[in-house]
Amino acid sequence: MSGASRGWRRLVHPVVVVGLLLFALGVPLWLVVVTSGKSRGDALSPSLALPRHGWHFGANYSKVFTDGRVWSAFVGSVSIVVPSVVLLLLFGAMAAWVFARRRGFAVSMLYAVAISGIVLPPAVITLVLLLRQLGLAGTLTGMVLVYTGIYMSTAIFFITGFIRTIPPQLEEAARVDGAGPVRIFFTIVVPLLRPVLATATILICLYIWNDVFYAFFVIGGRKDTLPLNLFQVASAGLYLNNWHLIFAYVVLMSVPLLVAFAVAQRRIISGITGGAVK
Amino acid sequence: MTLTASTDAAALASGAPPTPPGRRAAARGRRVRPGQPWWFLLPALAVLTTFFLVPTIYNLVYAFTDWSSFKTAINPVGFDNFHSLLSSGVLLADLRTTVIYALLVALFQNVFGLLLALLLEADTSLNRFARVMFFVPVIMSALAVGYVFQALLKPTGVVNSILGALAGHPVRYAWLADTRWTLLYVALIHAWKWMGLAMLIYLAGLKTIDQDALEAARIDGATTWQTFWQIRFPLLAPAMTFNVATALLGSMNSFDIVQATTGGGPAQTTEILNIFIYRTFGQGLFAQATTMSLVLLVVIAVMAFPTIWLLRRREQVL
Repeated sequence: MSGASRGWRRLVHPVVVVGLLLFALGVPLWLVVVTSGKSRGDALSPSLALPRHGWHFGANYSKVFTDGRVWSAFVGSVSIVVPSVVLLLLFGAMAAWVFARRRGFAVSMLYAVAISGIVLPPAVITLVLLLRQLGLAGTLTGMVLVYTGIYMSTAIFFITGFIRTIPPQLEEAARVDGAGPVRIFFTIVVPLLRPVLATATILICLYIWNDVFYAFFVIGGRKDTLPLNLFQVASAGLYLNNWHLIFAYVVLMSVPLLVAFAVAQRRIISGITGGAVK
Repeated sequence: MTLTASTDAAALASGAPPTPPGRRAAARGRRVRPGQPWWFLLPALAVLTTFFLVPTIYNLVYAFTDWSSFKTAINPVGFDNFHSLLSSGVLLADLRTTVIYALLVALFQNVFGLLLALLLEADTSLNRFARVMFFVPVIMSALAVGYVFQALLKPTGVVNSILGALAGHPVRYAWLADTRWTLLYVALIHAWKWMGLAMLIYLAGLKTIDQDALEAARIDGATTWQTFWQIRFPLLAPAMTFNVATALLGSMNSFDIVQATTGGGPAQTTEILNIFIYRTFGQGLFAQATTMSLVLLVVIAVMAFPTIWLLRRREQVL
């Protein structure tokens, strides 16, 4: 290794990385945190400076916790994300098993239709019409089924790709021993899918937890979720220049995912990279 | 032979290696019934059909009606919605905005992601920390990211004060009210939010590259620059396929970041199709919103399939 390249590694490289971290991440994140602790007067024009009139974390967070109905929004978000993920993983894995193992024209055609949702955007307006006809408009059930429909293609695609890399000998041995398909699926196939199910769970949670677009149409104004309430708080807040409240809400709503990320950071990162590039 | 070919094509299409030959021989040898019953497909296909395909078919129908919140009856009107959206100019303007936005996002997200991956490739503890930190925006809500940047980019905001300190005189540029350049800035924000994901995928791609090949090139006297463009960059093709395709499709269907930064303004110069759909739906003009939704569907399909096909072909050539 040449001297110049060693010098780069020792000195310049850490400086570049730290500088980039401070500039590209430190500035926006510090702005959020510091502004969320300022008085209204200090926060009118958000800046990186420390507050001139003392810290107001307690007052801001408790106000936005009540005004933004954070608790109800958290419960709403969880009761949408959890059933959606369970349905997606269960139904997705069942279908993926058939798509990965069976051959023929019919299977290929059905598979093409089943993964079309990766590419095609959901028809959101007529989705609302359909939900009204089914009596599911504005309900959590409707929202869960909508997300399940939207992300089913993603789940099937990821899981099918993974099952194709698993040799089928184990399943065949169990079948020869007389085990039925349901038993084989749940006792042999599903345990082997753990890595891909983890990847799919992370991606789907990210999408659904942060989604506001589909939520607007399906449950907007009727149910609370964290992003929907952020939109409410921010729409009122921007009008009044209440940046301290907007950013207090941003911190509150980001905490659950950030905690989950901090706890499972290594697994999340390897899960995502493992699924995308084989 | 045909069986082999179709199997391998399916495996390639899914990005998975071909099935080991043992399975095929076993299936042919014993002639037992397939072990995966058809009804396993039913729950997934039922949800997918009801909540994805049926609305899409509805969309094809209702785009040709006068459905709105002002009337009880819904009548077919042929191509009237398309005509009115075309003649008001909004269809082509929004379509152009959406496509430019998607191309800019795909470009920036990949450039940022690749540069970050190359910068943070070595497994030092600082790099590992930086990788985790650059993933934080990916986890944050896009709406929240939009509000953060709206604050940063105010005329009296942080970005202008930093620029002012550097330039030595006050800067009061209204980043989000420039009819020519705001779309570019919003695309940069979008790329900032997702660059951590692109980075991770490029890092995974870099890991798969054979170290011996790099070593051989180095011994042969290739510079870092040459090894990158001649060996590493071509081998990143699968990672790039994934990143370009997801960035293009994701940003075509974007909403949150634009809504939270500009709401489609100034003068509708950042109004992407989903902003239009949201706005007209709110006004009760359901048929217009549905028509634009159909336009979005067609454009994404037209853009996506050639993109994926082209990128896949590049992989297979290599």
